Amino acid sequence: MIPITVDNLSVTYSNAKLALYNASCAVEPGTITALVGPNGGGKSTLFKAIMGFLSPNEGNVKIGGLTVEKAQKKQLMAYVPQSDEVDWNFPISVFDVVMMGRYGYMNFLRIPGAKDRRLVMESLEKVGMVEFRDRQIGELSGGQKKRAFLARALAQEGQIILLDEPFTGVDIKTEKQMIDLLLQLRAENHTILISTHDLASISTFCDRTIFLNQTVLASGTTAETFTQENLTMTFGGLPMTSLAFQNSEVDA
Amino acid sequence: MVVWNWIVEPLQYGFLVKAIWVSAFVGLVCAVLSCYITLKGWSLMGDAISHAVVPGVVVAYALNIPFAIGAFVFGFGATVAIGYVKSNTRLKEDAVIGVIFTGFFALGLVLVTKIPSNIDLFHILFGNVLGISTGDIIQTLIAGCTTLIVILLRRRDLLLFCFDPNHAKAIGLNTQVMYYTLLSVLALTVVAALQTTGIIMVISLLVTPGSIAYLLSDRFDYMLVISAISSVSACVLGTYASYHFDVSTGGAIVVLLTLFFVAAMVFAPKYGILRQKRVVGS
Repeated sequence: MIPITVDNLSVTYSNAKLALYNASCAVEPGTITALVGPNGGGKSTLFKAIMGFLSPNEGNVKIGGLTVEKAQKKQLMAYVPQSDEVDWNFPISVFDVVMMGRYGYMNFLRIPGAKDRRLVMESLEKVGMVEFRDRQIGELSGGQKKRAFLARALAQEGQIILLDEPFTGVDIKTEKQMIDLLLQLRAENHTILISTHDLASISTFCDRTIFLNQTVLASGTTAETFTQENLTMTFGGLPMTSLAFQNSEVDA
Repeated sequence: MVVWNWIVEPLQYGFLVKAIWVSAFVGLVCAVLSCYITLKGWSLMGDAISHAVVPGVVVAYALNIPFAIGAFVFGFGATVAIGYVKSNTRLKEDAVIGVIFTGFFALGLVLVTKIPSNIDLFHILFGNVLGISTGDIIQTLIAGCTTLIVILLRRRDLLLFCFDPNHAKAIGLNTQVMYYTLLSVLALTVVAALQTTGIIMVISLLVTPGSIAYLLSDRFDYMLVISAISSVSACVLGTYASYHFDVSTGGAIVVLLTLFFVAAMVFAPKYGILRQKRVVGS
């Protein structure tokens, strides 16, 4: 079981916009941790710093004591991107996307072996996407798209899985399926960090919560930290109801 | 019989047979790369490299080294310059590309008029495959074969890099290396196409075949095949047409390729305009 520690992290973008300031937090091993905060509060920036997609101006991220780069080489971390980060018109099938989760294990030519193929099929099975494996990715519904990328994370066999807004554009039934799968992964000792707008569902499956608005305002077990006070501090006094139902787009 | 003569009659001329082979080869190399460039959104980068090679050709002539080396160094150098300016200023990429490639191109014009040489600027700009020399064919073959081999070996990584560079990073692959690999083969392809279409129209071979294929297919492997067929046939037929109708070879190739594109745009079974209209109308 592998923890993530974020120590004193500051990130300023090249347009001089300060995205994160002195953020420190820990994602406990073997837990599901929710990352909540307003849009522009630095959630995606923190994700990108943890995944090594950007280098912080100050501070550092450690994955089980390793640098992010070393953790990547050891295939410790898998990332499920936000829907709008993906080019859905790309001429690629679901199967091929999931296979990309295995590239880190393959040789120079990236020729898949029997084990790679087996793990891809198992991952597709876990998310219930086997029958859609030959579809071009743009031909999927919102929930199927999320599950395809979750399958890629599973195929990568990363001990840590980061999911950026996985419930946006997903219907309630799919959201429930995905939550069940995340709980199952937690039982298999994965460490899961999830950023979400769906505040209502957090207490149903997240062990811990991190509140983020430019910096870490509060973090701890969901039971202790998920309070009206922390929500107000993070979101700036918006009424609870307007936040809980912000995530209203669903599958057609 | 007429068609047969149309095809066979020019083959008695050695220079024409050579031209057909060379342009077919260049068409193939460009077609393969084209699929990556269109998906990555690097069309402008291809245009920039093709213009930036001009000073390289002149300098290579002055130093008496193969033109391909000079062209590659300047073409690749321009992309490095673009990358540097982009990451060290607040300018947007299109502005940086515009500034750098016109700068390189203008330097080439200045050099070509100042350094005494027998370089025909018209041939660099618009190609001269009918008059291609054996030395130039060898350089074209080396540049083209290197490109094909690199892509064959790294095709999966390059596709991942085009599709999802973040995932490539997340699984510990070096995306910097992929970035420069793709830029290098792009520069090499421009060098290979220099003698056939010339630098003004090489962008057509780098963008149009991939675009045609993208309109016709949802799978990358099919895209490669469609791209290659459309590009190679345009190159071969264009070279024939340039002989029969006595028109510019590069021009004929690009006009044909553009016609193929228009046909694909209108009639593509899934993404064509006719089909889209029917979907909206029904």
